[in-house]
Amino acid sequence: MEEVKLIGTWPSPFSYRVIWALKLKGIPYEYIEEDLSNKSPMLLQHNPLHKKIPVLVHGGKPICESAVILQYIEDMWPQNPLLPNDPHERAVARFWVQFAENKVPCIWRLFRTTGGEEQEKAKKESMEMLRALEEHGLRDKNFFGGDKIGIADLAFGQVAHWLEMIEDLVGVKLIEAHTFPHLHAWTKNFKQVPTIKENLPDYGEMLMYFKRARDNFLASRGPGM
Amino acid sequence: MADEIMLLDWWSSMFGMRVRIALVEKGLKYESREEDLNNKSPLLLEMNPVHRKIPVLIHNGKPICESPIIVEYIDEVWKDKSPLLSTDPYQRAQARFWADYIDNKIFQLGGKIWTSKGEDQEAAKKELMECLKILEGELGEKPFFGGENFGFVDVSLVTFSCWFYTYESFGNFSIEAECPKLIAWTKRCLQKSSVSSSLPDSLKIHDFVLQLRKKFGIE
Repeated sequence: MEEVKLIGTWPSPFSYRVIWALKLKGIPYEYIEEDLSNKSPMLLQHNPLHKKIPVLVHGGKPICESAVILQYIEDMWPQNPLLPNDPHERAVARFWVQFAENKVPCIWRLFRTTGGEEQEKAKKESMEMLRALEEHGLRDKNFFGGDKIGIADLAFGQVAHWLEMIEDLVGVKLIEAHTFPHLHAWTKNFKQVPTIKENLPDYGEMLMYFKRARDNFLASRGPGM
Repeated sequence: MADEIMLLDWWSSMFGMRVRIALVEKGLKYESREEDLNNKSPLLLEMNPVHRKIPVLIHNGKPICESPIIVEYIDEVWKDKSPLLSTDPYQRAQARFWADYIDNKIFQLGGKIWTSKGEDQEAAKKELMECLKILEGELGEKPFFGGENFGFVDVSLVTFSCWFYTYESFGNFSIEAECPKLIAWTKRCLQKSSVSSSLPDSLKIHDFVLQLRKKFGIE
């Protein structure tokens, strides 16, 4: 098998999506940690358009954008499938991956707020997003993929682990058992899957990292916000 | 049993056009239903409760939403005719990457051009031209983004071509002047009946936008 490399950054949820997919399929790979404040020639060569992580490099050929990488991994290594066989169900799974790309970023907008109207707006958007997941995406299934973890679950990994950190730092609670019973249960189920459990950033370390990032961001924005 | 295919659509939507092209490429018969976007039908709301947007493909009663996903679905189900995606995983990834780039850039930038003025409009024009140049670079000397054959990325981008006249007119610039190869590619695509039968006339789009601008007081 040709060499697989993953250029990623701790503790990016987008990096972790790819790690989970590779590990779930048992694909050996070399992990290369990228310093985003000082981007390497390798990253710039492999992702000249966006200059972002993650980048998967397989046999020297780069694949960029985590959602695209997940589908590549599924196409390339069909064992332990992350997509169902039925075309309609595949389209539904892809719909939720796309939803994760378009809508989940609102939790990061919330992350950057301190209060007032801006925070209320970000909180409202986040709640609407979670409501759609609860009522239309997950419904009463254990995973977005059904009985077992699938590509959409990986795409929503941010909601299972990183959102809790955002809630802690911003001082808001979004997912509670009585408001989002299925989603709340899913966050637990997801993190109990052995491959996920063994491959999550340490919560305390992650909290410190993002607290520093948030403090820096808020300081650079200046007073009056 | 014959397939029942319905498309919930809106005539000027670049996203709806993509699905039309894919259906014609595969030689499929379907019922097209034009939605009134100011008064969305119960069917649309039932079939796309999350986004309430068109296009929605309804195949034997089951909905598929989001145009790139619909096109991929059509390609998977009716895989024996006119394949739009390669079977090679790397080529598929490249196609998805560029379709994603198109979806993140062209619609918003184009829309900004006809809804704004002054500095905002200039910034949108500049960025749109940069994106189109990047896409032209990706096309290179190939007849289509898909290589020898019309493919997924071609379907994703060509539907914007009927909106180019509108962008150019309200933005006062020429896309062909800076991206002649891209315009040549649009003409090549329009020679395909799937494309020419799926795209409305550029002037019709321009007149429609003229009405919209009056309605929203954009002058």
